[in-house]
Amino acid sequence: MIPIAQANEEPMLCSGHAACPGCIDALSARHILTAMGPDAMAVIPPSCMAIIAGPQPFSSLRIPVYQPTLESAAAAATGLRRALDAQGKHGTQVIVLAGDGGTYDIGFQCLSSAAERNEDFIYFCLDNEGYMNTGAQKSSSTPHFARTGSTPAGKTSRKKNLTEIMAAHRVPYVATASAGHLPDLLCKIEKAKGMRGTRIITLIIPCMDGWGVADDAGLMTARYAVESGAFPLYEIEDGHRYTLNHTTKTRPVSDYLGLQRRYRNMSTADMETLQAEIDDGWATLQERVANSERKQHA
Amino acid sequence: MSTQAKAILLTGNQAVAWGARLARPKVVPVYPITPQTPVLEQLTAFAAEGTFDAEIVTPESEHSVMSACIPASLVGTRVFTATASQGLLLMHELLHYASGARAPIVMVNVNRTVASPWAFWPDQTDSLSQRDTGWIQYYVEDAQEALDSVLQAFRVAEQVLLPTMVNLDAFYVSHALEPVQVPEQALVDGYLPPFNPPHRFDTDKVESWGNVATQDMYYRHRQGLAEAMARVPALAAQADHEWAQLTGRSFGVIERYRCDGARTAIVTMGSMCGTVRDAVDAMREAGVTVGLVKVRLFRPLPVAALRAALVGFDDIIVLDRNYSPGHGGVLHQELRSALYGSAVAPRIHGLLAGVGGVNVSPAKVAEFVNQALQGEAQIESQWVR
Repeated sequence: MIPIAQANEEPMLCSGHAACPGCIDALSARHILTAMGPDAMAVIPPSCMAIIAGPQPFSSLRIPVYQPTLESAAAAATGLRRALDAQGKHGTQVIVLAGDGGTYDIGFQCLSSAAERNEDFIYFCLDNEGYMNTGAQKSSSTPHFARTGSTPAGKTSRKKNLTEIMAAHRVPYVATASAGHLPDLLCKIEKAKGMRGTRIITLIIPCMDGWGVADDAGLMTARYAVESGAFPLYEIEDGHRYTLNHTTKTRPVSDYLGLQRRYRNMSTADMETLQAEIDDGWATLQERVANSERKQHA
Repeated sequence: MSTQAKAILLTGNQAVAWGARLARPKVVPVYPITPQTPVLEQLTAFAAEGTFDAEIVTPESEHSVMSACIPASLVGTRVFTATASQGLLLMHELLHYASGARAPIVMVNVNRTVASPWAFWPDQTDSLSQRDTGWIQYYVEDAQEALDSVLQAFRVAEQVLLPTMVNLDAFYVSHALEPVQVPEQALVDGYLPPFNPPHRFDTDKVESWGNVATQDMYYRHRQGLAEAMARVPALAAQADHEWAQLTGRSFGVIERYRCDGARTAIVTMGSMCGTVRDAVDAMREAGVTVGLVKVRLFRPLPVAALRAALVGFDDIIVLDRNYSPGHGGVLHQELRSALYGSAVAPRIHGLLAGVGGVNVSPAKVAEFVNQALQGEAQIESQWVR
């Protein structure tokens, strides 16, 4: 594993890029790219990350980048992977850096297809829970009650559970991660690098502008997401082996929501509903982890 | 001429698969659709028997097929695929993307009616509606030309770095069995050198594609595309000429059939050309001096060659097996545009013949010609059957 000190020094993502001040997308990408190293190629569909990658003729990434259409990241990664295989370059890692819109929504069909074929790449979903690059509209990753440009009164449906859906494809590795828990993130990248096949890591990316978070509060918000159980850190191997990486839920969801303007003026009843949903999700996850451990020990 | 070539009985689709096999593409993403499916099945059969060494990818849609084709080509591998009709339309956004990325993918499209309603007949509206996507487009007449054109298409595509579509009509070409000369692999290897583009995705070179461009840079990319397109007619003619030297078979970019002394030319594309040849032979025997001008290269439209091929005719009868609602036959529009400003302009009669796969026999062609010549050339394309 790459030591954290080194992760902070290697400039695989160059300075001078176009991310907003305090952006967790850029910070996460920097850690991912450093951990991946130079023998890699990135597929970056339209998203905040595509803007961060820079305008022609510049690139803020020190690896080749292919920017496909919004809905085709996993299919493009497939083409890239197969062509590299045809050239005998099996060691070169193909990674995807996509947003939640390009993953949960418009790119989901081809992601499901690539996972079914167990195509050999690491798919990083930089999940800022909405279309932040177009000014914050809802995606199917936007949580219940969150206000966005297209849900001004709060979203009326719950966030899609991408991790469970991808695990149901029985791919070798699906995980959630956060730049707020850096050692865990780097462990997961290293673990994924050592595997072949479709590996999917979803990172929670608090968005300063889209969530209404202070410029210096991104990492704290990411940590609160995990500590409140709103975004649990866990991994699922081969579709059934669960591991919970952050094993305690120590905050009420109100702590997490209080850092964000997108939940402003939420009623007490809605707050209680959301807390109940998170408690329920946490309990379900605990059961799955326990079942998985029981099976492995049986 | 090759003495090694063997003639075997193949459908147009099988001939396409043979052409693809001989071109040695390294990545082949492909999705089944009637009437293209036998191309896919023949290629996977070749791979299963060990005679075709390519990464075959079978994604969930044609959209993902083309999405995979583009970066695979930009890595520097030769890429082939095939589709038809709705599949081609589903790819539409990616067709633009491929030409913008200068990815010399070769794709065969089997021309089939577009829905709705559902139908499965020969009709070229599918590919003609993609004429502005930046792809080179060939239209072929029979199975032999389909095989040979796949190889010529790779030759031209990789010289100018433009994607290329080879179109063959549903069933008339895709499913009709004909004796086809299959060239030796060594002959094809000599004709088609390995694909070795100067720019490619390579971890040592660290080049990227797709990052946002300024107005000025976008303009320059479009100009580059135009310059590449402008080179195509001459390179396509040269590729055809060199193929003729190796195999004795030549198709031209524009072909004139029995045009000597003719006052009237019938202009069309694809399998209709075979029908018109018979019609021309019969009309010539009956004393009507008429010839065929076959448009094989449709994009870029070889305007200079077309004007040269059509000079001296009094009347041009265009047979369009396609329909652009609100404007008529696509080839009719294109020919009027190409001939506008000619010193002596012929009358152009646009006929919507065979739209939706309606059968057009040689006798019908003769009837259409006689009817057209009796009246003035109409501005609008005319429905005939």
